[in-house]
Amino acid sequence: MKGLCCLFLSMLMAPAIQAYEPKWNSLKQDGLHDPEGPGIDTLQEPSEALSVLPPDTTGNQVNWMKALDEGIINPRTNFRPETKVRLRDTDVLFKETGEMPVVRFPHLPHTQWLDCRNCHEKLFVSKVGANPVTMFKILQGEYCGRCHGAVAFPLTECNRCHSVPRSRLGE
Amino acid sequence: MRIGLSGWIMGGVLLSCAAVPALAEYGDVVLNRRAEAEGMPPVIFPHWFHRIRFRCKVCHSELGFEMRAGANDVTMVEIIEGKFCGLCHNNEIAWGPENCELCHSGRPGLEPGIRGGNATAGPGRW
Repeated sequence: MKGLCCLFLSMLMAPAIQAYEPKWNSLKQDGLHDPEGPGIDTLQEPSEALSVLPPDTTGNQVNWMKALDEGIINPRTNFRPETKVRLRDTDVLFKETGEMPVVRFPHLPHTQWLDCRNCHEKLFVSKVGANPVTMFKILQGEYCGRCHGAVAFPLTECNRCHSVPRSRLGE
Repeated sequence: MRIGLSGWIMGGVLLSCAAVPALAEYGDVVLNRRAEAEGMPPVIFPHWFHRIRFRCKVCHSELGFEMRAGANDVTMVEIIEGKFCGLCHNNEIAWGPENCELCHSGRPGLEPGIRGGNATAGPGRW
């Protein structure tokens, strides 16, 4: 049954995926900017900046991690010279995910963008198992949902977080 | 296949989001708690433009912007004094605060908050 559903879904999605081409709205048509505003022609258009970055199918339609890792962009890490730029390269597994694959949270890509204190201790306690994260809270903008669904890849991308099959854990 | 109650609710939430047409760029923020009340058009802050140039931590850690739309009560006086946006928008790193129309570029009547395009407001690829 599950296999049939997957087959059906992938048949439905196949043409959409093949035909996918990133397209950005112009500022004048984005529903936010005033098309008659005096500064509108000075502002950079999303298509100009984003079309040269590695593509993605969601969010800004940019794979921001790839853009960073490949050195296509090199955003500043700190404003003040004395600010310590902290990186951490440990993974955390969230295993209580029901029938979904286990969530692997990689610290490294997160700390390439964020500082420890952006998440700790306000959003997440620095102790494995001490954070009662649920998808409902994430959908309401708590925990991971502070960024995922707002500025980082959205919650439609289940498998990017639920990435470790239980069979691989040997459980 | 058991989807379960939580799965149906989750699906419902995602589908209801999908019905909202999304035009704004993912992560655009409308600032209008004060602007229009004080006679200026709303401010549109584009995350995409800024993250090409600065990592999140620069503004959300060093500058002190909370990572929650509505949690930052920024005034023009503070910006002119070099706080918040004014740390860069000072004519040295980015345009200065006298270029009103470049930030105050929104349509009249916009509600403040974070907006999204594409898949933010639903599964654009489904």
